[in-house]
Amino acid sequence: MKPKRTHLYSLAAAVAFAVLLGVADATLDAFSLRVLDLCAIYIVLALSLNLVNGFTGLFSLGHAGFMAVGAYTCALLTMTPEQKEMNFFLEPIAPWLAHVTIPFIPALVVAGLVAAALGFVIAAPALRLRDDYLAIATLGFAEIIRVVLTNAQSITNGALGLKGLPKFAGTWEVWGCAALSVAFMVLLTRSAYGRALKAVRDDEIAAGAMGVNVFRTKVVSFTVSSFMAGVGGALLGHLLTTIDPKMFTFMLTFNILLVVVLGGMASITGSVIASIGVTILMEALRFLDGPLDLGVFQLEARPGLRMVVFSALLMAVVLFRQRGLMGSREFSWEMLSRARLPWRKGGPAGTDGGTHGVA
Amino acid sequence: MTLALFLQHLANALSLGSLYALIAIGYTMVYGILRLINFAHGDVFMLGAYLAFYAVATFLLPWWAAFLLAILVTALFGVVLERVAYRPLRDSPRISVMISAIGASFLIENVGIVVFGGRPKGVQVPDVMNVRLGLGGVSVMSVSVVIPVLTFAVLAILLWVVHRTKTGMAMRAVSTDLDAARLQAIDVNRIISFTFGAGSLLAAVGGIMWSYKYPQLNPLMGTMPGLKCFIAAVIGGIGSIWGAVLGGFLLGGIELLTLAFLPTLTGYRDAFAFVLLIVVLLVKPSGLLGGRHVEKV
Repeated sequence: MKPKRTHLYSLAAAVAFAVLLGVADATLDAFSLRVLDLCAIYIVLALSLNLVNGFTGLFSLGHAGFMAVGAYTCALLTMTPEQKEMNFFLEPIAPWLAHVTIPFIPALVVAGLVAAALGFVIAAPALRLRDDYLAIATLGFAEIIRVVLTNAQSITNGALGLKGLPKFAGTWEVWGCAALSVAFMVLLTRSAYGRALKAVRDDEIAAGAMGVNVFRTKVVSFTVSSFMAGVGGALLGHLLTTIDPKMFTFMLTFNILLVVVLGGMASITGSVIASIGVTILMEALRFLDGPLDLGVFQLEARPGLRMVVFSALLMAVVLFRQRGLMGSREFSWEMLSRARLPWRKGGPAGTDGGTHGVA
Repeated sequence: MTLALFLQHLANALSLGSLYALIAIGYTMVYGILRLINFAHGDVFMLGAYLAFYAVATFLLPWWAAFLLAILVTALFGVVLERVAYRPLRDSPRISVMISAIGASFLIENVGIVVFGGRPKGVQVPDVMNVRLGLGGVSVMSVSVVIPVLTFAVLAILLWVVHRTKTGMAMRAVSTDLDAARLQAIDVNRIISFTFGAGSLLAAVGGIMWSYKYPQLNPLMGTMPGLKCFIAAVIGGIGSIWGAVLGGFLLGGIELLTLAFLPTLTGYRDAFAFVLLIVVLLVKPSGLLGGRHVEKV
């Protein structure tokens, strides 16, 4: 297949998706729309974690921290002075923050930049560590961030959190960010830089011997991932319109990790599919937390059953299908034609006689 | 600060530190053998405490019987956990094993929430543990004296097992080189099961003592102590039993004494351990008593 034709397909698919999104935006009720938007945010977050964990092979568990920083930055930049005054009744807000109000999109970028700056600062010491030490150190950083947010009363309003954030994160904003993230990741993984990331993941020493600056590659990957996490956190804050430090515990990182593992480490396609699947499943399985009617007997409400399903799912994937949904494969139009779909008679044109059917 | 007050804080730090040490030993044993952070260790700790609670509250056993039963069942649970969640992944990349451990941790916590209920439960502290002891100006509950004594008793037994028995010798061999140990006809799986059993037993002892010291249970009670004790193990030098003990006491001491001298930092208490961890990892990544690791190509 000629590359031009596939580009055309991609364009058509993008347009079709945008139209679909427009229809959904206009017709869906508020709840379904929120789930739809949550899918997009999870795409941003999953890609950001996948960049570090899947593509660079750095097992980082600190994502919730960067999300928190992004969410707080964006919220404090976009809230009006009146809203801030209403929120900070326990202790007045720091004067230098009280009167700052900027539009949403610039605030989003600043949120990402602040998270990235923090990621950069953390990366330098943390990335000297490997494997499990890195995991526990990043987890530690996230906890420190959370504890600081809880205690910096005059800046973050402490444990009370911030309420009444302007609901800026509409369908177009979040899906725009998701699309940008996907495009960025696709371009990145196809570039020389993406290859350097994978080389570092597969064998650090060999990558270093081939002239890849291992440490710098890791730091850049970590910083970019923090940027995306910060933006994702900011979007999440403006979708839910309430943030508090308890939101950003290890639990949140766990959810994103679940998406990444389920979709397949080092697969953009996998992360996108799993983000949508897991988000919808999380909402669809909410009934599990309520009282259950099993026909023969009734179960009283046992909150937590839903998370049992998800933790069991994660373990099942790791134990029985480590590659997850996609492994490290990506979607491509060629893949569809190779798969010999039922409506296609004969082998795909252009390949050697259609011998590459389903293996 | 008066001397009596200082001694009081020191006594508290000692008791908390020995509790940390008890749990850290379990981490260090598992890590020493499998190079695996057993994220579920904190949840095993929680399980031990709950089992003892139910043995007393539901089955009306005397507390010492409940204690023995709970630690044995928890040890068994640790063996099963390793077999189900970690053994199938022994030859997989370390990231997979770690994800499995995180999954196991969340699974146990959430099953705990479903089965035990999310609401905290009050623990009936045995009378023996609940006596107020005074010496000069220092006053502690008897449980705070029992804990360090118990920790050192357990430590003595453990050191005896590791250095004086055949199983212990096999443990050290597996920890040094798993494949070479297998070539010496050591049943590696049995040794790993034994290690997990012993580690979980210590976690259960720690969990039950914790519930006597802070008499309230909830399904997430193991998360923070679990993380902190792992940090204690890293600070001391992971893989070393004495290191875990040292790390536990150091962490307990730093936590409580900082609070005593700088009460304004109370809100930051949970961050101390992580700051300490990061400092240690940067200055001496192998921990205070850890050996040097040479990276082989």
